[in-house]
Amino acid sequence: MDTLRRRPLLAFALAFVAVQALMAVFAGQVAPYDPLKQDILARLKGPSAAHWLGADQFGRDVLSRIIHGWRASLAVSVAAVGAALLVGGTLGIVAAFYRGWIDRILMRAMDVLFAFPVLLLAIGIVAVLGPQSSTAAIAIAVVYTPIFARLLRGPALVVCESDYVMGARAVGASDGRIMLMHVLPNLASVVLVQTSLLLSSAILVEASLSFLGLGVQPPTPSLGLMLSEGRNFLMLSPWSAVFSGAAILVLAFGLNLLGDALRDTLDPRLRGQE
Amino acid sequence: MPLRLLANRLLDLALVLFCVSAIVFAMIRLIPGDAVAIMLGANTEVTPERVAALRARIGLDQPLVTQYLAWIGAALRGDFGTSLWTGRPVIAEIGAQVWPTVQLTVLALALGAGLAIPTGVLMARLRGRFADGAMRVITVAGLTIPSFWLGIVMILALATLAPNLQALGYVPFSEDPLGNIGRLLLPAIALGLPILANLSRLVRSAMLDALVQDYVRTARAKGASERSVLYKHALRNAQIPFVTSVGVNAGYLLGGAIVVEQVFAIPGLGRLILGAIADRNYPLLQAAILVVTCGFVVMNFIVDLLYAVIDPRVRN
Repeated sequence: MDTLRRRPLLAFALAFVAVQALMAVFAGQVAPYDPLKQDILARLKGPSAAHWLGADQFGRDVLSRIIHGWRASLAVSVAAVGAALLVGGTLGIVAAFYRGWIDRILMRAMDVLFAFPVLLLAIGIVAVLGPQSSTAAIAIAVVYTPIFARLLRGPALVVCESDYVMGARAVGASDGRIMLMHVLPNLASVVLVQTSLLLSSAILVEASLSFLGLGVQPPTPSLGLMLSEGRNFLMLSPWSAVFSGAAILVLAFGLNLLGDALRDTLDPRLRGQE
Repeated sequence: MPLRLLANRLLDLALVLFCVSAIVFAMIRLIPGDAVAIMLGANTEVTPERVAALRARIGLDQPLVTQYLAWIGAALRGDFGTSLWTGRPVIAEIGAQVWPTVQLTVLALALGAGLAIPTGVLMARLRGRFADGAMRVITVAGLTIPSFWLGIVMILALATLAPNLQALGYVPFSEDPLGNIGRLLLPAIALGLPILANLSRLVRSAMLDALVQDYVRTARAKGASERSVLYKHALRNAQIPFVTSVGVNAGYLLGGAIVVEQVFAIPGLGRLILGAIADRNYPLLQAAILVVTCGFVVMNFIVDLLYAVIDPRVRN
């Protein structure tokens, strides 16, 4: 709590993200309307007392769809980044721990995945598996795995060289135990910072995929999809497109700011770096 | 650069290209269910004869290694097969649509990277608790603004402010150079803004690091002008992370361009790829991903070499 008082930016970012996350989790309770309910009379109308952010081409409440859209975006991104962290992080730590040929093979494999432009690889994976929110999550997870492996391998190399890891080896701890109990906890700050930053960019990738029709499928409310549908009625009623895009920005912005503030707090040496 | 190092790098490059091609090759084979029936189902009735014919045409009836060797051998000779539905060579379809995307990517990169240096230097001059915080919030916002949304907002603004201006579509450079750049300007700004935020922040922090170094103090002490101190002495320090970041950002931009193209109705790679997915034209999709990724890998390779030219430490 003391840290939060001394770091207003961190406190702000944390509250900002927490509010959105809570709204996403309790979307059903928070949203004023059912996101699929059509109110024909309100079609394409702008903001009003009944529909704060207006209604879309079917008369569905834009605010309710945004709150549910946050939920879909966060669900896909959190699942994808979590899986990437688990697989990529493990590979990075294993590579750093064993060095030698294991390190070379693992990191070379990561280099190959890393060679693909992020969105292109994600599009390719979705195309092969069929467009759905679950395949979008798999695609994002595959794309982010090499990023986590690279990000964690560097700091893990330093930790593996430390005296306490050598000490743990000396008392005969197993490899798995050392990695889990000694190496991993010392990487907590890196993990926390990078997870939050990558979640922010995953939100943007998910929105891009949905925008292209390769993510969440209609009629499920999704921010990217709302933006792409709203585009067709832009001159008639820009509300759905403008607000859903702003909602993507707000979500990604909060997570990025949080990662940034966490980096300052946990590791002042990295301040201002990308 | 020593030849040995160059040879090693080339070997690395060949290995990565081989692995990339193997992954792209595996794509069609990983489609759940019968890929051939799925492809056919997009446009015609699926009959056993048609399935067998298409399977033989793509070579799916051969052993895997034979398939790969035939595929990559033909690709190396520039033959990526013919498009499933139009019968035109795939490479011609890609060639016809890749330029708007490349142009958009390069323009966005030039805008973002070009403006990042003066912006970053300017940002480094503003210091203090409030300025630091404000700049952080602005750059984070710039970094996380969805390009496709920014594009839509700009179209909307333009339609309101200047209804007569044509913002959408694409005209080839050879037909109308001014119109070409004019139409690409808005999408390039939408696409380049996150890069600008990212790079100018990088320049700022590198400048702040550099400005407290001894060599900058020395330059000031010998009476160098403030401009020369900033641009000639301090900025050199920022070159290396800058060049690396530009390379990484190029890949991000290319992906972003695919999406932004859709907003501005530009007939580029995005339309080709999405069309291929909708038509289940997997050979076309495969070739497009292979060509673009290999181009991207080779470009990063060149950036890496450039890196060695700028930084003498990497050479040894």
